[in-house]
Amino acid sequence: MAATDTPMKPDGFHPRITAFVCNWCTYTGADLAGTSRLQMASNVRIIRLPCTGRIDHMFIVKAFERGADGVIVSGCHPADCHYTAGNYHARRRFGVFRELMDFMGIDPQRVTFSWVSASEGAKWKDVVNETVARVAELGPFDAYHELAGDTVTGGEPAPGPFEAASGAETPDPLEELEVGR
Amino acid sequence: MARIGVFVCHCGENIARTVDCARVVEELKSHPGVVHSEDYKYMCSDPGQALVRKAIEENDLTGVVVCACSPHMHEKTFRGAAAKAGLNPFLCEMANIREHCSWIHEDRGEATDKAIDIGRTIIEKVKHNVPLETIRIPVTKRALVIGGGIAGIQAALDIADGGAEVVLVEKESSIGGHMSQLSETFPTLDCSQCILTPRMVEVLQHPRIKLHSYSELESLEGYIGNFKATIRKKARSVDEDLCNGCGDCQAACPSRKIPSEFDAGIGKRSAIYVPFPQAVPNIPVLDRVNCTRFKAKRKGIEKDVCGKCQEACLKGAIDYEQEDSFVTEDVGAVVVATGFQLYSIGRDQPAGLKGYGEYGYGDVPDVIDGMQFERLASASGPTGGEILRPSDGKPPKTVVFVQCVGSRDPEKGIPYCSKICCMYTAKHTMLYKHKVHDGKAIVFYMDIRAGGKGYDEFTRRAIEDDGAQYVRGRVSRIYRDGDVVKVWGFDTLSGEQVVVDADMVVLATAMRPQPGIAELAQKLSISYDEHGFINEAHPKLRPVETNTAGVFIAGACQAPRDIPESVAMASATAAKVLGLFSADELEREPTVALVNEQTCIGCFSCEQVCPYGAIEHVDVCDVEGHVCGVVARVNPGVCQGCGTCVAVCPSKSVELQGFTDEQIYAEINALGSW
Repeated sequence: MAATDTPMKPDGFHPRITAFVCNWCTYTGADLAGTSRLQMASNVRIIRLPCTGRIDHMFIVKAFERGADGVIVSGCHPADCHYTAGNYHARRRFGVFRELMDFMGIDPQRVTFSWVSASEGAKWKDVVNETVARVAELGPFDAYHELAGDTVTGGEPAPGPFEAASGAETPDPLEELEVGR
Repeated sequence: MARIGVFVCHCGENIARTVDCARVVEELKSHPGVVHSEDYKYMCSDPGQALVRKAIEENDLTGVVVCACSPHMHEKTFRGAAAKAGLNPFLCEMANIREHCSWIHEDRGEATDKAIDIGRTIIEKVKHNVPLETIRIPVTKRALVIGGGIAGIQAALDIADGGAEVVLVEKESSIGGHMSQLSETFPTLDCSQCILTPRMVEVLQHPRIKLHSYSELESLEGYIGNFKATIRKKARSVDEDLCNGCGDCQAACPSRKIPSEFDAGIGKRSAIYVPFPQAVPNIPVLDRVNCTRFKAKRKGIEKDVCGKCQEACLKGAIDYEQEDSFVTEDVGAVVVATGFQLYSIGRDQPAGLKGYGEYGYGDVPDVIDGMQFERLASASGPTGGEILRPSDGKPPKTVVFVQCVGSRDPEKGIPYCSKICCMYTAKHTMLYKHKVHDGKAIVFYMDIRAGGKGYDEFTRRAIEDDGAQYVRGRVSRIYRDGDVVKVWGFDTLSGEQVVVDADMVVLATAMRPQPGIAELAQKLSISYDEHGFINEAHPKLRPVETNTAGVFIAGACQAPRDIPESVAMASATAAKVLGLFSADELEREPTVALVNEQTCIGCFSCEQVCPYGAIEHVDVCDVEGHVCGVVARVNPGVCQGCGTCVAVCPSKSVELQGFTDEQIYAEINALGSW
């Protein structure tokens, strides 16, 4: 199971994904994925927050700075927020942040923004596997280290910060978000 | 200097099978700040918790990390254990290496590496945890029950009998719900109304129950123990205080051919009506859509037409000008008991459902659903309890019952089993055979699911004593052919096609949640599944609670339920509500926002995003006592701890306790070393 569900890692590259999820929907949905024994890629490390509204975008920048190759942000579906509106704030801020990512030279494709409800264990598995596969395709993120003069990761020189993004075509997350469930 | 203790649980085999717990213990032992690290087979067991307590006392720990299951599962357990050993409970955190690791990976090496990472992030977080004190808040000992079906009635009565006040809100003009429509109930065949109506009257007469009929919840504000519910009392056009329920208005109404909702569309009612004679409260409602007077108004006729009901009412209770009004009620708990609707297969379908055009429902008059059959069989129904087919009023000699119409058919949008149809179909065949002795009852079924006390015996009785003929197979098509209804089916046991010339067909349609359930769930901040059924907090251990504290569920709004289950759930909910009301103060987690008033610049961005209105303005005074500025302060009783204010604060003056920037950056940084 695991072998087939874990996306192939060309040249042995193991992307490192940090996930910022809300406590009520996505964290519980990920719990459900566990209870349902849904096998998925093991590259994601979850940081639990009460709500996506709590997410300061510096968290995401920091995650990249500390060596993450990709980030997942996931919370309750629009209108289903445990705190009424936190996910709307998160969505709005993410729209702005995406521009900033571009400016900083972080390929927006390295960040997945999704809604996973407490009953969507299977969707969480898909979000994890798709993100891992997409980031594996994009390769390691070491542009930040180069800029910072940091040689922690070493290895191949990374593409320049303003180099065009390559990789798989992905749906525009914001467009999908507008539709809701 | 941090002194952290790490406790790795095997969870029997659940974690140990894929995670090398010994290696996790070894790796984390050398993590900076960790002074104690051990593993145990069941950390949540008594001896396991004793290990935690002992380690705290012996090593003078400043923080505890339990690498085990989800915090939603056992955070409370271990925080309790920590508190017993004298450690502030908020210095204990769970590292979820079961749901988020051992259960979803098979590769032992990968899973163990990940478990170590998860442990490290939480260790780094706990280093920044600070002791917190639980918040104590007052409780309003009054419950709001939404829905006046059997579940809502039972919950309301049990809570009220327990000594607390209840506000019962019902959207229809009478309480009673679907149970009041049934003729008899399985597996005892006792008359549904006979056992229900005394309970309805009890609700009306109970000194601690306040009933709002023909009303809906408009909005809910607040939090556990302290909700403020706004209830919309829909315009009934009848003054509830003046009306004495004599029924003269109903008798005088000239519009008498309106399909009755209570009779599932097969009976007729007037425009001003009480849905059924035993209605509680026995106060009519004017259906403005079908009333001649209001129809004329909508057409632009200025002169007042009709007005017969007003003339007939000697009490002067009819009020055509009445408008929706709003009342607010302070409550401490909310019970959702909104029940179900039947999959209306012939009409327009909501997204995701396909309907059964091939079964002719809505086109062929003698194809009816289970609820319509109940009304035909009911002594209070349009036929007075005689089974007569709708098209020509003749007693049908051959009736085909089709089970699983909608249910267990993912193709049509509903994969789940509606649970009650096997039983009520067996009941229908019996009711039919008891009334039409020479009639033939044929049932098409997929499986017979008769789990329950006396249930299997009941279906056997339908087959063996009353001679219902059960055919195992699906029906592909139902259509009208002259005087008969042709049913094409397939008998999978004999492997032959079956064609029946039926006089009437009864479809056992699926149970679905009430329309508008999503909007209601959003008002209550509770979650629902892909079908619209309300999610319980835990499928096994917290079946009547939701993830929103103070909001409970009962009956078929959570999943298909029969009457005994709905009643049991309602009583369970009542016990939970009464438990909540048993103390004068509630303890709440202190994960609330806190403003640093020294650095706050008073921009009140936080106030704009706070969904709870928890931000207060506080004057800052100079040494002479003159006000020289205004800063924000969070009311900890109102704050729910979402942290949205933290993320918008431009001067970084708000912190969310338990999820501070320091803690989260520590977690992110811990991941940097993987």
